[in-house]
Amino acid sequence: MTNLLDDYAEIVGAVVIDQLKQLARPLQGMKVVHVNSTREGGGVAEILNWLIPFKNELGLEAEWEVVSGDRDFYQCTKSFHNGLQGNPVLIPPALLKAYEKANQDNAERMRTKLEEADFVFIHDPQPAPLLQLCPGRRGKWVWRCHIDLSHPYRAVWKYLRNFVVGYDASIWSLADFAQPLPHPLYLIAPSIDPLSQKNIALYPDEVHGVFARYAMNPELPLITQVSRFDRFKDPLGVIHAFRLVKEFTPVQLVLAGGGASDDPEGEEVLREVRAAAGDDPDIHVLLLPSDAHREINALQRASTICVQKSTKEGFGLTVTEAMWKGRPVIGGDTGGIRLQVINHHTGFLVNTPEGAALRIRYLLKNRDKLEEMGRKANEFVHQNFLVTRHLREYLTLMIATMQKGVERIEM
Amino acid sequence: MATPFVVKDCTLISIATGEEAQNLRELSDRVKTIHPGCIYYHFWGGMLRSAFDEPEYQNDFAAWAWRSLHDSRLAERLAIVDPSHHQQDIEGLRQELIDVIDERLSESEYVPWARSGQRFKFTRSQIVVFDTGIRIAHPREMADRIARMSLGSIFYHFIDARRRTSQGKSDFVEWFYDFEEEACEELIGRINRIDPYFTTLAALRQELETAFQECQSEEERP
Repeated sequence: MTNLLDDYAEIVGAVVIDQLKQLARPLQGMKVVHVNSTREGGGVAEILNWLIPFKNELGLEAEWEVVSGDRDFYQCTKSFHNGLQGNPVLIPPALLKAYEKANQDNAERMRTKLEEADFVFIHDPQPAPLLQLCPGRRGKWVWRCHIDLSHPYRAVWKYLRNFVVGYDASIWSLADFAQPLPHPLYLIAPSIDPLSQKNIALYPDEVHGVFARYAMNPELPLITQVSRFDRFKDPLGVIHAFRLVKEFTPVQLVLAGGGASDDPEGEEVLREVRAAAGDDPDIHVLLLPSDAHREINALQRASTICVQKSTKEGFGLTVTEAMWKGRPVIGGDTGGIRLQVINHHTGFLVNTPEGAALRIRYLLKNRDKLEEMGRKANEFVHQNFLVTRHLREYLTLMIATMQKGVERIEM
Repeated sequence: MATPFVVKDCTLISIATGEEAQNLRELSDRVKTIHPGCIYYHFWGGMLRSAFDEPEYQNDFAAWAWRSLHDSRLAERLAIVDPSHHQQDIEGLRQELIDVIDERLSESEYVPWARSGQRFKFTRSQIVVFDTGIRIAHPREMADRIARMSLGSIFYHFIDARRRTSQGKSDFVEWFYDFEEEACEELIGRINRIDPYFTTLAALRQELETAFQECQSEEERP
């Protein structure tokens, strides 16, 4: 057993690692390429950061490629993102052209590698056209959708569907998101890496250091939302909720996020958030570098309660991270948050800033309940949302795709 | 000498079908034609999901009727449909389900419907079976071993076995037939009487452990 697998076995148990080895056996030496649109920032990049070395450790030959494009490409894919999550957006033909052109350019660069691969995993809409641009492909191609596609703006989905319809399989985080396509639609929830800088256990000194670094009061309860500055994350709603709580009890708020290189709207939303925070000394808006994983880890651990008040959410890995650290989460009643926040057990699902304020006040007043929910949250992540479960399902999908149509896979 | 019992473990991987129902009429129509794996998944798949509470309703159809259609009468009737009565006959289970749904449709003045975010999503699954490497030589060892089996092992040997063994029972019972001991006959009877459905896998494991322990102590009695 190698060191990496040993380290995970310490957390999840040797049985789980043995199952991964059994699944990896028929896949030994296979070339696997994952393609997405950013190496830093956002949940997809974080998943690929652990998935690639883990697959290699198990004897596969996994690689990670990133597509790039000009400003119009990112503007277009951001509009896709907004449209797929239900916003009616009109995308000018020039932007669609830029999207298709960027994919052609990227295909030129990586065609040989993609066509030779045994498996290609294409993440989200940005690189979706690559399938059609690799006519000599010999392996299986899988489209992984990380977005909440439960109510897409139909015009956007109709356009993108043409690019994903030809894949051998697709992966969705929830059944609610899956759109009818003529191939198997696998349901695989994302996960977190307990050994990453974002989630690894920290010494108390490092955790408490955040209070001094950001001029916060260590005596006050800390409410934290960690997420990109994106309207769907509803940072303004969090500030509203915080102000409702603050009328009754002293409390402080952190809104921490980094930018993702494929998100051109982030700066505008950040300006709105700063304006809403005004000069309130108890609201701390932190724009962190995309590699500030350990700092986010410390902030989550220093928090009394974590919030993820999204109005749309593909999955919400920040929810998983907070729960792993034993913090109850008050989350928007949407998308993948519903899979994780089990009402009254691991946190509360809310629909309004008022609902969030109510639940924050409840937990601040009922500390026993807060601690009990934190314990349950940690256990729930341990059972369901760690990388080993995620990898097991990826490997299963690969074997199932090779043995088309089987209902029973015997290792 | 009988072959040793091979302890396996399993997980399910879920596959959406893209088929959905927003009202009871659509549910009836879809159930009539949907992949048989969906019927199996929505009756049995929930046992392998993590939960903090025992479910109010044991199968996904009943839970949807209650939570999304707000039709508690239908939920109660669907909840009592017991898939273990149909063993290897998934079409018989499908027909019973259709009968309950269509009966409710015929007595309703309007077709109950769910909000758009609460459609019933038909899902099926593939089962992945792992070899744990554990072998058990004799039934008397089972009492000790079963307490340490994973819930996936219990599902595989006690639930999944019903659709792949010759008698539609559990792997334990199939294995006990290889032994001609009196105690095994009693054990077979006891295990066959355990209700596999209105319970959880953890509770099933406990019931099995108790059955094995009691038979073992009776065997050892002078």
